[in-house]
Amino acid sequence: MKLNHYALPRLTLRFIPIWRRNLLVWKKSIGTSILGHIADPLIYLLGLGYGLGSLLPQMDGASYMTFLAAGTVCYSAMNSTSFEALYVSFSRMHEQRTWDAIMNTPVTLDDIVLGEALWAVSKGLLSGVTVVAMIWLLGLSHSPMSLWLIPLALLVGLCFVGIGMIMTALAPSFHFFMYYFTLVITPMMLLSGVFFPLTQLPHGWQIFASLLPLTHAVMIARPLMQGAVPPDLLLHIVVLIGYGGIGFYIALVLFRRRFSR
Amino acid sequence: MNAVLTARDLRKSYGDQGVVNGLDIAIARGECYGLLGPNGAGKTTTLRLLLGLVAPDDGEIFLRDYAVPQHAREARAKVGVMPQVDNLDPDFTVTENLLVYGRYFGMRARDIEARIPMLLEFANLTHKHDAKILTLSGGMKRRLTLARALVNDPDVIFLDEPTTGLDPQARHLIWQRLRDLTTQGKTLLLTTHFMDEAERLCDRLGILDHGRMIAQDTPRNLIAQHIEPFVVEVFGDRAEPWAKSHAAQFSRRFEVIGETAFCYVDDEQPLLAHLRGETGLRHVSRPANLEDVFLKLTGREMRDEA
Repeated sequence: MKLNHYALPRLTLRFIPIWRRNLLVWKKSIGTSILGHIADPLIYLLGLGYGLGSLLPQMDGASYMTFLAAGTVCYSAMNSTSFEALYVSFSRMHEQRTWDAIMNTPVTLDDIVLGEALWAVSKGLLSGVTVVAMIWLLGLSHSPMSLWLIPLALLVGLCFVGIGMIMTALAPSFHFFMYYFTLVITPMMLLSGVFFPLTQLPHGWQIFASLLPLTHAVMIARPLMQGAVPPDLLLHIVVLIGYGGIGFYIALVLFRRRFSR
Repeated sequence: MNAVLTARDLRKSYGDQGVVNGLDIAIARGECYGLLGPNGAGKTTTLRLLLGLVAPDDGEIFLRDYAVPQHAREARAKVGVMPQVDNLDPDFTVTENLLVYGRYFGMRARDIEARIPMLLEFANLTHKHDAKILTLSGGMKRRLTLARALVNDPDVIFLDEPTTGLDPQARHLIWQRLRDLTTQGKTLLLTTHFMDEAERLCDRLGILDHGRMIAQDTPRNLIAQHIEPFVVEVFGDRAEPWAKSHAAQFSRRFEVIGETAFCYVDDEQPLLAHLRGETGLRHVSRPANLEDVFLKLTGREMRDEA
């Protein structure tokens, strides 16, 4: 009897104890964790916002800092989710062998992968909430529409957890993740319109940028800051969910293969 | 036999290498069954198959009347596992490890918490209930891993080399606990490299090699059936030439390993009388044990880790 690695995800509520396990670990270092969620985006936002912002004209009728803040919600959620899905999940799976311990219980690999994925998404969501709170405290947006950035952060998390866990499933060691962060995450951050409008890029690069999922997240985020409904909203959502869903399925198949030895 | 775990004609290969090659096993309720075998014999793979963690290429498995791996989830609800490598959760205290592990079985916090004092006492860790895993000794970690395997009050407990790496004190404590579990009527399936452990604890033993069961019986019967009752070990510089010229006169079977000749005999007295007349040779005479059986059946050459 062969277990089919390509079977559709068998998702059950048994993922909840995995998510709660990670929550309990997180609670133990809640201070440093929240500090990280605040410090990193705040430094970019204030440093680049004031530093570059003073040299730049208004962008789409708003300050550069407002322009940057929209992108910051997206890349911050991307970074938090990716870090959790790669480094932290890998540590639990490979170094601590926590997954092996859990698989001896009625919880299966599919449940574990789902639990880990939703935990990484939760970290992305938390990071998004933190940046939205900053936006309001700094007075960068006054439209309640900008609260939609919070579900957007969730969507960004869902997107990048799928892609990121493919790397986790393939990784032989922590060093492997350098490729992903250097070749995927960093270019994504610089080429998705977080720091400057994509219209500044040559045409070919614009087409490339439109394939990047973070671009679509930023295209949703920016109008929301101004209180507008984003154009082509459905398309952007489909792209984000598509990347996440397909990525999650590929990751799950790879995890099943990894653990079938 | 009222079997709680059966496997028939189990096969599993990785690539073109057969790891389990037609294994049959049946373990009765309340039995302590030991799986012996050299490194790479397929012990750990067998346990993983029986738990439904990997799917066999062929054969069938029933664990607690559930077909595995199809219904492994249901089967594992009342199974405990003590893995070979400690995988306690280093982020948590002793108590938190038990609590979090109980949740994986779908147990309510109240029910887990009710069991924790008893589990801590069983593991002699009551005084360490709030300690971080990193501060525990090797023996304490092993005991906690055993306690964790009992959090769901399992019927069947898998133990993969439960005492490897422990000092004698810690081993004896684990043995005592495993005996307590058999007294409670639990079914135990353990793997070990320690023959004294197998002989002491197990009702029945299976010797596994190249993914096949090559012998299976009670420890006493294995010794009686597979080996002469006494072993005389003769050693010294002259052991090899001596063995070549004399050993066959006194023993039905003998082998020379390095500077030691192992002579397997039904009656040790004639050989001992002869050896008293030899100079430059020392000897030890002892009853044959399980290790002799094991080495006879699986050979003496070194095995690579699978």
